[in-house]
Amino acid sequence: MKFGVLRFPGSCDEVDALLACRRVADAEIIWHGDDDLGDVDAVVVPGGFSYGDYLRVGSIARFAPAMERVLEFAAAGGPVLGICNGFQVLCEAGLLPGALLPNEGLRFLCRQVGVEVVDAETAWSGASRTGDVLSIPVKHTTGRWFAPPDLLDEVESNGQVVFRYASGENPNGSLNDIAGVRNERGNVVGLMPHPEHAVDPLTGSTDGLRLFESAVRALAVT
Amino acid sequence: MIARVLIKPKDGILDPQGKAVERALPTLGVTSVSEVRVGRMVELHYEDRAELQSLCEKLLVNPLIEDYEIEDAGE
Repeated sequence: MKFGVLRFPGSCDEVDALLACRRVADAEIIWHGDDDLGDVDAVVVPGGFSYGDYLRVGSIARFAPAMERVLEFAAAGGPVLGICNGFQVLCEAGLLPGALLPNEGLRFLCRQVGVEVVDAETAWSGASRTGDVLSIPVKHTTGRWFAPPDLLDEVESNGQVVFRYASGENPNGSLNDIAGVRNERGNVVGLMPHPEHAVDPLTGSTDGLRLFESAVRALAVT
Repeated sequence: MIARVLIKPKDGILDPQGKAVERALPTLGVTSVSEVRVGRMVELHYEDRAELQSLCEKLLVNPLIEDYEIEDAGE
C-alpha cells in the first residue's frame, strides 16, 4: 500500500506527512505539476502555504495539474486526506463542504488540542472509536471552519462531521466546534489539526498515527 | 477595458479584520465611523466580459463567504 503526498510551491508539512505515512506503509511525494498520481493508493494534501496562499488560502492550488488527478481519484472512491492548508485546498476544490476563514482572534495559533472523533466510519478515522479524543496540534491563522446556515444543517444532518474540538478547546471560532469534515461518501476527509505532527512520543503524542493507520485498514478491507 | 473587482465578506460573517480596525478607532479619536468590513480589490484588464464574470466565480471569489461587484475603471 502506498501513500502519495502532494507538494505545492509553498508546502511546508509534506515531509512530516511523508514520514508519518512511512511509519505505516510506503509513501512518495507527488509534485503539483505532475499530471499523473502514479500507483498510489491514497493521497494526502499537506499543510503549508500553497502558492503563497495568495488571493485566498488554497484557492490557486486547486487548479494545479496534480489536483485535477486528485479530483478524479476522489470521484473513483480513492481515499484523500487534506490537512490544514490541504483541507483549505479540498474545500476550495469543492471536494469538501464549507470554507476556512481567519481565526476569530486574528492570531496565528500553535498549540496541542483535544480532537474528538465523531465519525469512526470514514477511510481516515476507522482506526479510532467514536468518542475517542486525540491529542493533536493545530497551527494556523485561517482555520475557522464556516458554512452558511443551510449548508451547516446539511453537513450536520448527513453526519459529515468527522472531528470536533473537544469541549472548551475550540481555538479559532469554528462553527459547532468543527475541526474536520468528510464528503458524503466518506473517502475524502479534511481537518485543521496536524496528525502528521503527532506520530512520535518525542513530540508528546502518537495519536495522529491513527489517521494513517485508518487508511491502511480501509484499503485492506476493500 | 479596465475593471475593478470589489470583494467583501458576506453580510453576517464575522470579519475579524474589520473588527480590529474598528477597535483602533477610539484611540484615534474617531467616533463617527462604525461597521467596518475589510475586503479585497482586484484591478485587471479584460476584453471579454463573460470571461471576466466566470473568472470571478471560479477563482477570484468564493461565493460561500464573499460577495463581489465589478466596477468599470476605464478603457
